[in-house]
Amino acid sequence: MNDTARDGAYDDLLDAVAAGEGYYLECENGHGWLPPRRICPECRGRELVEAPLPAAGEVETYTTVSVPTPAFSEDAPYTTAIADFGPVSVTGLLRGVDPDDIEVGMSVGVDVGERETTGDRAVVFRPR
Amino acid sequence: MSQPRVAGAGLTQFGEHPERTGRDLFAEAGLAALDDAGVDAGDVEALFYGNFMGELAEHQGHQAPLMAEAVGLDVPATRFEAACASSGAAVREAVKTLRSGEADVILVGGAERMTNIGTAGATDALSIAADDLYEIRAGMTFPAAYALMARAYFREYGGSREDLAHVAVKNHDHGLENEYAQLRREITVADALEAPMVAEPLGLYDACPITDGASAAVLTSAEYAADHDLDAPVAVTGTGQGGDRMALQDREHLLKTPAAADAAAEAYADAGIGPEDVDLAEVHDCFTIAEVLAIESLGLYEDGEGIAAARDGETHASGDVPVNLSGGLKSKGHPVGATGVAQIASTAKYLAGGSAWDDELDDPQVGVAHNAGGTVASATVHVLEVVA
Repeated sequence: MNDTARDGAYDDLLDAVAAGEGYYLECENGHGWLPPRRICPECRGRELVEAPLPAAGEVETYTTVSVPTPAFSEDAPYTTAIADFGPVSVTGLLRGVDPDDIEVGMSVGVDVGERETTGDRAVVFRPR
Repeated sequence: MSQPRVAGAGLTQFGEHPERTGRDLFAEAGLAALDDAGVDAGDVEALFYGNFMGELAEHQGHQAPLMAEAVGLDVPATRFEAACASSGAAVREAVKTLRSGEADVILVGGAERMTNIGTAGATDALSIAADDLYEIRAGMTFPAAYALMARAYFREYGGSREDLAHVAVKNHDHGLENEYAQLRREITVADALEAPMVAEPLGLYDACPITDGASAAVLTSAEYAADHDLDAPVAVTGTGQGGDRMALQDREHLLKTPAAADAAAEAYADAGIGPEDVDLAEVHDCFTIAEVLAIESLGLYEDGEGIAAARDGETHASGDVPVNLSGGLKSKGHPVGATGVAQIASTAKYLAGGSAWDDELDDPQVGVAHNAGGTVASATVHVLEVVA
């Protein structure tokens, strides 16, 4: 990870999510992706436009990690989930819920939070 | 079409050898392969070498010429990197090169030094096979990634941690017979279920160990093997490779590995066989759930039915289609860049006869080797057959 240079469209997206204005890129056939993308890997459409990220997603799958990498040593145990926001799925840290109470299908919102170990930004889900 | 022969193979002991450098590991395996093949080292025309985390574990890039030198070869040498499928990819390119007539003798192999950077360091190094921006920064480790797939699988098809424990128990049982295996000990379902969680629902015994080791094999053209009267009864008759989107969030499926299914379809068509012809398989069980996904992708089981295979004894040495007679990654160990070629070596050995499994195997003719990279964004499948 680089401490000085931004990661382009990724960091732009996190800025937008933090401001409550998250988006995804949508091709003319409705396939959704997170940036940067110059082409839809599904249909090869090149006309990708920003569309608002739905406010709520559904947890598709999740895991609570007990054995972390050094960059997450202070975060563990933590839960990583993939949530379905309709045209696009997003991976994030699921916070604000006891791991025993997490269920596939539960509704979550997306925000940007801080990683406990490094202070780096991360996509964070919370129940809604 | 000319079918390249597996003329010889060599492995190091798989295990914890934190003080052994990659070049030392590969020298041992490479020289053993050359000796086993009985080919003149001067006839070797290239080294195709797999390695994944050399930059992180040893601060060593550009490893292929270093490894050629370590085995005394002065030949063009190229490193292949496809995460945990690195040396499967190297085998595939060697097979294509031999078939094209561009070369007659190629050394393929791989090496990985991992334990010198510790469990946390190796977990970190392995994680970079995932998407850095959208997965690693959200806490994805490899156990976590397969845990996400396991939960999705359980939800769609059923199955339990106990079913997965049977995969681990079976592979440990097989590994008892493998002198090169890292974890040569029997375990029980209770041991597996009581082990600490790594990434729920996967526990310590669902995961392969972190391993140092190297593998190598000498592949030759059929013509070279005949001209030099090599004892090389096993040929690589089919090769296939598949790809998928890098991040799980961008996949069509969380509970299938279509890259491996595509690789298998290609390899079977190439060999002119189908899954019903397979007598034994070495598959990429980096986690227990990965073996389930592998045997479904290989067409040995329908989707959703692979979960019961180990529990029902069907993939045990005594079952219909033994899977991971070597002990698999689970018991044998998983020195990442070495795994693909180690699978080829094991498959060829069991097909050729003379292994500990001769009594269990009924004159096997066809074996498959399934090597997967990342969360199976890369996969290679090779078909090996007894041809002489």
